[in-house]
Amino acid sequence: MKHYEVEILDAKTKDKLCFLDKVEPNATIGEIKSMFHKSHPQWYAARQSIRLDPKGKSLKDEDVLQHLPVGTTATFYFRDLGAQISWVTVFLTEYGGPLLLYLMFYFRAPFIYAPKYDFTTSKHWVVHLACMCHSFHYLKRLLETLFVHRFSHGTMPLRNIFKNCTYYWGFAAWMAYYINHPLYTPPTIYGEQQVRIALIIFLFCQVGNFSIHIALRNLRPPGSKTRKIPYPTKNPFTWIFLLVSCPNYTYELGSWFGFTLMTQCLPVAFFTAVGFIQMTVWAKGKHRSYLKEFRDYPPLRSPILPFVL
Amino acid sequence: MASMEEDGSVEEKDNNNKKRTKSAIAVAWLTFYNIAMTAGWLVLAMAMMRFYLQKATHKGLYKSIARTLKFFQTVALVEVGHCAIGIVRTSVIVTGVQVCSRIFMVWFITNSIKQIQNEESVILFLVVWTLTEITRYSFYTFNLLNHLPYFIKWARYNMFIIMYPLGVAGELLTIYAALPFVRKTGMLSMRLPNKYNISFDYYYFLIIVMLSYIPLFPQLFFHMLRQRRKVLLGEIIVEKDE
Repeated sequence: MKHYEVEILDAKTKDKLCFLDKVEPNATIGEIKSMFHKSHPQWYAARQSIRLDPKGKSLKDEDVLQHLPVGTTATFYFRDLGAQISWVTVFLTEYGGPLLLYLMFYFRAPFIYAPKYDFTTSKHWVVHLACMCHSFHYLKRLLETLFVHRFSHGTMPLRNIFKNCTYYWGFAAWMAYYINHPLYTPPTIYGEQQVRIALIIFLFCQVGNFSIHIALRNLRPPGSKTRKIPYPTKNPFTWIFLLVSCPNYTYELGSWFGFTLMTQCLPVAFFTAVGFIQMTVWAKGKHRSYLKEFRDYPPLRSPILPFVL
Repeated sequence: MASMEEDGSVEEKDNNNKKRTKSAIAVAWLTFYNIAMTAGWLVLAMAMMRFYLQKATHKGLYKSIARTLKFFQTVALVEVGHCAIGIVRTSVIVTGVQVCSRIFMVWFITNSIKQIQNEESVILFLVVWTLTEITRYSFYTFNLLNHLPYFIKWARYNMFIIMYPLGVAGELLTIYAALPFVRKTGMLSMRLPNKYNISFDYYYFLIIVMLSYIPLFPQLFFHMLRQRRKVLLGEIIVEKDE
């Protein structure tokens, strides 16, 4: 068996960082990353981007050396992706915050409202309902992170956790402050009926969102990173796949729309709007990569809103 | 968000080697726009000088040029559009932030709070803005006509060193002077209870705006310094990859 020689250069300065000789032809990029890590312990595998061209795309961990367009002396370029943090850690932190923060406002912990309101409870039943819905939503997200989702990437850049937590925690505190405020005004436009309809919408979309997550999980066998086109299953909540590429986002938008209606709180409306914009950007990107990857992708589907967006 | 997005990690930037050549219409429009804006700010400069020479005081100066200022500063919003459609190669966000901060100073501070219109700090930032904008727009104009006199380039990339800090000082002092009047009138503020379940205190908002100058001003300033080194001194700066 003929062995390969592998040299790794810095993508920017072109300095020779590492030379590996006697590399097996069937070695994967992942294995090469481990070998590189040994000579440069500060660059653990997750923060290495190895590519064939200094400005090209990162090679995948599964790529095999002998199947790449390289000679027996392979030259790779390295770029440092920066400190990495696992997706699971990020998700747990960014969802745990809102769960706890909202409850602090709900129970009117000291130093938030005037002292005479400390540890009092609201007299409006919609406030209790809202707390249950909000808490249920984030608890669901935490459990899905632990037991449902299968992540393609193990890690993301460390700075993302600060960005994401600021967003989630900030908005959660802003919403919770007003909903649980002693001077909160329950929905006035259609009163109790509005709250009831809003609750139905919210619950419907929570079940829908969960159904989609399960359907997406089942597309991918455990431990694999394969990508397939999602299709409707026996669960009616998944039939929306006929019209939409990313129904998880569609249902998520619906949930928050319901919560906005339920609480009639402008900060919630802002949160819903910002989330909608972000999810639309993600949905369009996902839709585009589906179209690029699969020739037979169903043409009727829109990224996030049926026929519209 | 519960998503299996690959976008959480570093995106690979598309290696775009297409040369961006502007259409003739775009060049014509931009040339016209920049000439018009240079003229507008020159008019403002002359009106300010004439007022001061005639009246020997700055009191009432703002009022006399208010309409012209509001017109030309507000029109600058189209520059965000230029970036958005790509005929100007600058970040939409950077331009947006700069134009919005100007609009904010004009409409939400100086125009609406009459009591501070005769403050010296107002004259300070007006003079700074006028000098800066005349330099900037004439720079763009000459660039588009491919005949850039060196002294314009020199001015654009050196004057800011004094103009930026002076302008910031003028703006901050003006906002600070406005605070007591904002507090007293409760303008642009909303209190609980109300049916939207939101509150807004313009007074505290202004304080946050003032504090935000602390992180923002150095970023803009050092950006200009880096541009200066590249353009005037021909330095090649290796950009830090994201």
